[in-house]
Amino acid sequence: MANIISDETIEYVGILAKLDLSDEEKEAAKKDMGSMLDYIDKLNELDTTGVEPMSHVFPVKNVFREDVVTNGDIHEEVLKNAPEQKDNAFVVPKTIE
Amino acid sequence: MNLMGLTAVDLGKKIKAKEVSVVEATKAALNAIKEKEDLYNCYVTVDEEGALKQAEEVQRKIDEGILTGPLAGVPVAIKDNMCTEGLVTTCSSKILYNYIPTYTAEAVRNLQKAGAVILGKTNMDEFAMGSTTETSFYGPTKNPHNPEHVPGGSSGGSCAAVAAEECSYALGSDTGGSIRQPSSFCGVTGIKPTYGTVSRYGLIAYGSSLDQIGPVAKDVTDCAVILEAVASYDPKDSTSVKREDYDFTSALVDDVKGMKIGIPRDYLGEGLDPEVKAAVLKVADVLKAKGAEVEEFDLSLVEYAIPAYYTIASAEASSNLSRFDGVKYGYRSEQYQGLHDMYKKSRSEGFGPEVKRRIMLGSFVLSSGYYDAYYLKALRTKALIKQAFDKAFEKYDVILGPAAPTTAPKLGESLSDPLKMYLGDIYTISVNLAGLPGMSVPCGMDSKGLPIGAQFIGDCFKEKNIIRAGYAYECSRKEEN
Amino acid sequence: MAKQYETVIGLEVHVELATKTKIFCGCSTEFGGSPNTHTCPVCTGMPGSLPVLNKQVVEYALAVGLATNCQINQYCKFDRKNYFYPDNPQNYQISQLYLPICHDGYVEIETENGKKNVGIHEIHMEEDAGKLIHDEEGESLVDFNRSGVPLIEIVSEPDMRSADEVIAYLDKLRLIIQYLGASDCKLQEGSMRADVNLSVREVGAEKFGTRTEMKNLNSFKAIAHAIEGETERQIDLLKAGEPVIQETRRWDDVKSYSYAMRSKEDAQDYRYFPDPDLVPVVISDEWLQEIRDRQPELRTEKLERYKTEFEIPQYDAEIITSSKKLADLFEATTAICKKPKKVSNWLMVETFRLLSENGKDPEDITFAPENLAKLIELVDGGTINSTVAKEVFEKIFYENIDPDQYVEEHGLKSVSDEGELRAIIEKVVAENPKSVEDYKNGKKKAIGALVGQTMKATQGKANPGLVNKILAEILG
Repeated sequence: MANIISDETIEYVGILAKLDLSDEEKEAAKKDMGSMLDYIDKLNELDTTGVEPMSHVFPVKNVFREDVVTNGDIHEEVLKNAPEQKDNAFVVPKTIE
Repeated sequence: MNLMGLTAVDLGKKIKAKEVSVVEATKAALNAIKEKEDLYNCYVTVDEEGALKQAEEVQRKIDEGILTGPLAGVPVAIKDNMCTEGLVTTCSSKILYNYIPTYTAEAVRNLQKAGAVILGKTNMDEFAMGSTTETSFYGPTKNPHNPEHVPGGSSGGSCAAVAAEECSYALGSDTGGSIRQPSSFCGVTGIKPTYGTVSRYGLIAYGSSLDQIGPVAKDVTDCAVILEAVASYDPKDSTSVKREDYDFTSALVDDVKGMKIGIPRDYLGEGLDPEVKAAVLKVADVLKAKGAEVEEFDLSLVEYAIPAYYTIASAEASSNLSRFDGVKYGYRSEQYQGLHDMYKKSRSEGFGPEVKRRIMLGSFVLSSGYYDAYYLKALRTKALIKQAFDKAFEKYDVILGPAAPTTAPKLGESLSDPLKMYLGDIYTISVNLAGLPGMSVPCGMDSKGLPIGAQFIGDCFKEKNIIRAGYAYECSRKEEN
Repeated sequence: MAKQYETVIGLEVHVELATKTKIFCGCSTEFGGSPNTHTCPVCTGMPGSLPVLNKQVVEYALAVGLATNCQINQYCKFDRKNYFYPDNPQNYQISQLYLPICHDGYVEIETENGKKNVGIHEIHMEEDAGKLIHDEEGESLVDFNRSGVPLIEIVSEPDMRSADEVIAYLDKLRLIIQYLGASDCKLQEGSMRADVNLSVREVGAEKFGTRTEMKNLNSFKAIAHAIEGETERQIDLLKAGEPVIQETRRWDDVKSYSYAMRSKEDAQDYRYFPDPDLVPVVISDEWLQEIRDRQPELRTEKLERYKTEFEIPQYDAEIITSSKKLADLFEATTAICKKPKKVSNWLMVETFRLLSENGKDPEDITFAPENLAKLIELVDGGTINSTVAKEVFEKIFYENIDPDQYVEEHGLKSVSDEGELRAIIEKVVAENPKSVEDYKNGKKKAIGALVGQTMKATQGKANPGLVNKILAEILG
């Protein structure tokens, strides 16, 4: 395997992705990610010099809304699925010390 | 009479002719579900009460002459990644186990306007990530042709439900083959339309630049009718395209004289099951006999589609799925210490292994120092793949090939080696990268009695070409039977 | 010899645009309202929802870009900035990194040390985050009313060297944006926010020092304090031979110190990539020209015009044009009463007195130009005297009353009937022989006492010109 994924990398990606992997999962993730990256490295065979990265397949552009209020107060619906709510707001563990 | 054995259009005709009531049709579907669900597990949620209520309402509207379309009163199953107001929508994930949307996806609304009766939500690979429907938190769906085999995925529940006659038709979504491959495995017909044809508003995103909703049904006619109903320009979806034509049924013509059909040699090589190859080549023969010009050609770049796809789709997924964090909806871990622990535990407990694998990969390829080498490289490859198709469509009206290299594998055979599973998407994935329409049409069985599907690929906005070719082939196949 | 240091400052200024709706959905941007009442599936990150760009946001961003001499990226795109935080419902912010709408501009500032240009690196469009309210029970409450409110972020070059220059730059931006009507730019309310990037280096050094970024600065005063405090902190570090660490710091204005906002959960790796849910914005030459043609008169032009058209002094013109609101009020009032200098006096003296007494800005003025114009007419026509006028103006300032009606209802008209006034004055003269005598003995000032007594007798309503005239006649 050409791509060796370190413990630090898995740890780092876990922080980015907000995933807490067990030791077993980490080992599997290292192996899976390494072999996927080896596979993705196949793209390096292709000469893409001068090729523009293509985000959208069609040249659709300038899709706009007019600046007109169309939405009313639907806070009950918005909060309906909240795991925890209070005073019309979503509740999370305290964000500041 | 077995109402569920009828095509959607035929059932619609009977309802229109008052030979069958909408409630009768709905009950027939619900009974079929009751009989078969234990075996196949096509659905995550069945909405019996809601379906019967809708049935009465639709019947009233038919009687009053408000609903006159071909799908009025016909029961449908919806893949569980499309939001349905008031009806739990899980993406087959634990993280959305209790999520009840407050609005309905535009595509589903379009079906409701056409008088569809929604039976429930079908099983899928978790967040549409997978090719077997085994990554569902709610257990795998079984292939109705042989329950020891997978139905394919990710729209495995939708395709199996159509095959098992647990609905008249279904909606699926296709990011890398998720309609066409399970359609092929289940012996049903499915279309992935041109990107932008069906609104993505309310479709819970996996890879936003690749996702498209499409029909799964018993035949090409049904698919064309359903596509006509769900396709629309939607100002709520910025990537929605205002098309010139939505009259897909006008292409249901049994005539392929002079049509130019190309078969990529790259699609017939190593890794392709000989029985699948033979069946697909037979399709070519039938079309040739009907007057089409068929030849083999080199498409090129086929082997680069999968690595480009997994880079792009995983990157988009890692961002799209970050909203599932235990704050606004869905699963929140029971035990945590502070905010970041709450995020991590909720997500780690809420997502399954395949989803985590792709989120990790996607986060990595976008991370500092790797973006250019991986993500941009993949987007450049995508541009080249699009060019290769553009070139092919200068010459051909339709590209023909297999939908998948094999027929349905056995349950449990695929997940152990993800990379091998990904390789199963080789014929479908480039179609998503290039935004093209593709359709899988049943073209026989292998020696194990498992269905084989032929894939028809069209140029952008040329659904009518693949519908015409598929329909012409289907007419011959039906005559043969 | 002790080393000399210089401070190098760049600013990231966030401005909330004055659109009616949010950047990607049709929810109102109105302030206040109980939590989550201005929200929908899009601005709360519900699964399956999709953004659609508000055209007005692009037009405001272009207007600000043109007014700050920027180049325009006629092909621009939105990118996702990925990070987890509860005020960010999707856990990514839609912003612009790779192709921001404007770049490479400048504004001219003026301080005691003269004029200079401050470069603008770029201006990009993005969405604001929601609000977190911290309760006593160890929880935070999330309100998405502000989530998705459109912002532009104006990133300057590291061209400023002192707090004075920073304040001058911010003031300049504020005026430009207010004049364009793109935002009300209130620092206290958060519609204009500044993050300060600061480093120090030895005078004469070519390379920049390591910079820190300070957040949580919500007044000009706090910004000035933070610059002083952080400069001192960094110089102390350098003198002690310790490194400055590149980090984000939170300024505490009460303690006059900045604190590192470090956490092992903040990787600061935002994994930007083009948002696949949004399509590129392509700005045609025609569209750009339309925006150009629509640009309103900005401060410098207005100031010059006031001096020539209304013949008011430089000093007056500077003060009045220091606020768009004030300038608008000046022009509207002048258009009615045609007395620019008088309007300017009312605005510069009485209006500013009341604003400062109440701790308010010109943007908070609520009275109508019609009422000020009427007041000026009442004074000029001699209907009320200046003492009464000040009293009536307070009513106009606080309650926007109609002065004609008010003066009538409260019987505040000047006593201008010569006969009536003469009778009152004769009585005053008769009752104050001492003052009359003093006056006649050459103490001309004694007339003041008589005027005062007359005013008292008329409850301040006597027409002062008339009083002087009659007194002069009587006293010979």
